[in-house]
Amino acid sequence: MSLPVVLRSIFSLVILLFFLAGQSIAQDSSVGTVIQKFATAKGFSQVGKIIDELGELGDPKAAPALRALSEGNLKTDPSNNSVVIVSGDNLLDPVTGETISEAAGKSLKKIRIKNSLRRAITAALSGMTLRAQDAEIRRSAAQTIFDTSDAGQLEALEKAITAEEDASILSLMKQARASIVLNTTDDPAAMIEAISVIQERGDREALSLLSAFEASAEGEPKQAAAAAITRINDRLELWEIGQNVWYGLSLGSVLFLAAIGLAITFGVMGVINMAHGEMVMLGAYTTFVVQEIFRQSAPAFFDYSLLLALPLAFLVTALVGLCMERGIIRFLYGRPLETLLATWGVSLVLQQTVRTIFGPTNREVGNPSWMSGAFEIGELSITWNRLWIIVFSLAVFAILMIILNKTSLGLQMRAVTQNRRMASAMGIRTNWVDAMTFALGSGIAGMAGVALSQIDNVSPNLGQSYIIDSFMVVVFGGVGNLWGTLVGAMSLGVANKFLEPYTGAVLAKILVLIFIILFIQRRPRGLFAIRGRAVDA
Amino acid sequence: MILTHFLKGGIQSRSVLTMIGLLCVIAILIPIMNLVVPPASPFHVPDHLVPLFGKYLCFAILALALDLVWGYCGILSLGHGAFFALGGYAMGMYLMRQIGARGVYGNPELPDFMVFLNWQELPWYWYGFDQFWFAALMVMLVPGLLAFVFGWFAFRSRVTGVYLSIITQAMTYALLLAFFRNDMGFGGNNGLTDFKDILGFNIAAPETRAALFAASALTLALALLLISSMVSSKYGKILQAVRDAESRTRFLGYRPEKVKLIAFVVSAIVAGIAGALYVPQVGIINPGEFAPANSIEIVVWTAVGGRGTLIGPIIGAVLVNAGKSWFTGVLPEFWLFALGGLFIFVTLFMPKGIVGLAKKLSNFSRPNITTNKPQSSDGAIAKPAE
Repeated sequence: MSLPVVLRSIFSLVILLFFLAGQSIAQDSSVGTVIQKFATAKGFSQVGKIIDELGELGDPKAAPALRALSEGNLKTDPSNNSVVIVSGDNLLDPVTGETISEAAGKSLKKIRIKNSLRRAITAALSGMTLRAQDAEIRRSAAQTIFDTSDAGQLEALEKAITAEEDASILSLMKQARASIVLNTTDDPAAMIEAISVIQERGDREALSLLSAFEASAEGEPKQAAAAAITRINDRLELWEIGQNVWYGLSLGSVLFLAAIGLAITFGVMGVINMAHGEMVMLGAYTTFVVQEIFRQSAPAFFDYSLLLALPLAFLVTALVGLCMERGIIRFLYGRPLETLLATWGVSLVLQQTVRTIFGPTNREVGNPSWMSGAFEIGELSITWNRLWIIVFSLAVFAILMIILNKTSLGLQMRAVTQNRRMASAMGIRTNWVDAMTFALGSGIAGMAGVALSQIDNVSPNLGQSYIIDSFMVVVFGGVGNLWGTLVGAMSLGVANKFLEPYTGAVLAKILVLIFIILFIQRRPRGLFAIRGRAVDA
Repeated sequence: MILTHFLKGGIQSRSVLTMIGLLCVIAILIPIMNLVVPPASPFHVPDHLVPLFGKYLCFAILALALDLVWGYCGILSLGHGAFFALGGYAMGMYLMRQIGARGVYGNPELPDFMVFLNWQELPWYWYGFDQFWFAALMVMLVPGLLAFVFGWFAFRSRVTGVYLSIITQAMTYALLLAFFRNDMGFGGNNGLTDFKDILGFNIAAPETRAALFAASALTLALALLLISSMVSSKYGKILQAVRDAESRTRFLGYRPEKVKLIAFVVSAIVAGIAGALYVPQVGIINPGEFAPANSIEIVVWTAVGGRGTLIGPIIGAVLVNAGKSWFTGVLPEFWLFALGGLFIFVTLFMPKGIVGLAKKLSNFSRPNITTNKPQSSDGAIAKPAE
């Protein structure tokens, strides 16, 4: 990072801070001046006016002072005519809450209130949050009322409902009102109506509220509540299935990304590449290096670092793969078991190389802003990085389908997969196809590494943790068939996530492994086996 | 009758006979050099080297077991570490029971880790392990049974080549995950350790260690005798026929799945015994032994020495492990480079290993049974030899 850039960013930061500080000081003072009026207020009516004034300001900073007032802790210090909050032995500033001095030895005058004023305070307090400018504050205020079913808030809530314009907050407020009504009213019809409003909410909180109500209710409302509980339970069960499917697809897309390169090389060349996991790892480290460069020289474009890392990772790993194929594997064709051992040797060397260069510990790879955070659909929380990885894996799948089905390289790859000798007799340079296939498979693994760096630790052992799972996907899905790999990965992912709640994560994995071992006995060539004379031994 | 047949098969090859003789000699010599020769003498073997050599011999037994299935039957098992570890766990359970009330918690019935996990009584599968004969039986029975069930399923449905390699790897990986779990009752992550006695002798005493070393050497000699007689019998001929042309052997009327199953089970039992000898000498068994990487390392020992030869795996296991001890002492960062390079070098330039190379150099020309033919069972996906 160059020095002028640093200076400029620090400078702008300082300016920004000043600006923010100035603004908050201004706001404090307006709340503060109104609060200080309590010191000179005479009689209940004037105090009431000040309370109303604070309520109209709608600034939550006034809340501590108002609460203190209703508890009788807001007092005037006659020595300098200022208003303070008494908390134990200390005097606090009514706005900032900071300790001003000790209470001992001072004669303080309590600001007196009566019941009508208490109601005004409560209304002002909830109005402050229920009618705040910020939609999030209103939302959380309504949520709090729903959770506590505080009957004292009913009036403020009614007012807020008439004023609310945001539809989702409005329905939340209506549900909050229903929760209050449910606990206060004696009218069965009103109860049933409230139950139906709460039922619309359909989440766990609604469930617990209704369950508590059902336990004490009688007659028709009890039945209505019971019916609502069943409906909510059904709905939650559906969501839970949806959640398992989502997690499963997410896991499946990770498995798919890790396995697809392996499936290509295995399908075309019959070669088990034990160094495949290390290609994934190299892709992740490429991401790390690219991000470091971005952090140093162009932090403003950090969000785009992954877009550059993807092609770079592809190139790096494809090159490594090409060297491996030309340097080692081509001498071992026809000896798949030896190839397996030699590529295992390559994987050890690659691991140790990375460990020597980058150190044995995890390196930090950041999420760009468009990949961090989450959003919610119903009861489902969906994180952006998982969503992007699913999208990315589908994109990889589509691109590979196009390469295999629409390009001449793809045509030749399929020919070699089906019958190598015949393809060779037809003039296909099988050696060249092998080299290109291996480079392609390795490159895809590198791109998978970019994706996995977003959700997993980037360490020299990254590849090791995926290699066995990738094998399982390939042998389960069937060799030389991209659809097989996709279906295999997704079904293994979903199966894993559906088992997990019953058995725990480790046992679920063991069960899936055992299932695959048994499955291979039934269908030794996988789910989508290629049939034909050339394939049988 | 059976014995003479057995011995005749075993001593057919001169190199095997030499190796058996050599093993018997070191079984006596090393303990003497450790216990009797005074420390000042240049012929003295220090205490810490005896279990180390014993460990190498256990690995040699394991490599020999793998050679029976890989070198002579063409089954590349990437899960032999699982059989080794199961044998080791069976022995470890016996040694745990021998600790008795001397554990940290002083519970006469339960091993320490169970007390720690608040278990009230011994799980049923620990019953009987206080008896040595029972543990010794389990050392052979458990790996043998697993190999039988696994092999019966796999060979019957004709899972061959790389598919078989991968599901054996999946098997050891599944066991790795399972043994890491605390509720399995095998000590979880930490495994079984803090052993005190074996058969009433203090496990750390030099005399016990020397005896364990001698036992390892003699077991290796016995295993060599067993396997060499197996491969030179008529059964051994069929075994190699299955390796070279499985379909053809089947068409000739043999049942390759049965032939393979026998070799696989015997190999697993031998691997289990190796594990049982290994555990008291290193003093610990933990789930790390199930790691797929360990099983692949066994393959490289066998490949370095020369697969399909009987003394090759022994030489390979001892050399590679001695190299590992040296490297991890002197240049720890470079061990993986060396091991990885060894994998590549051996598969590219020494397909028949050290023994094959020695044979080539000495122009020893007899009909070779260890030729590396392309495995026809992989023909579906393998590139035919050009």
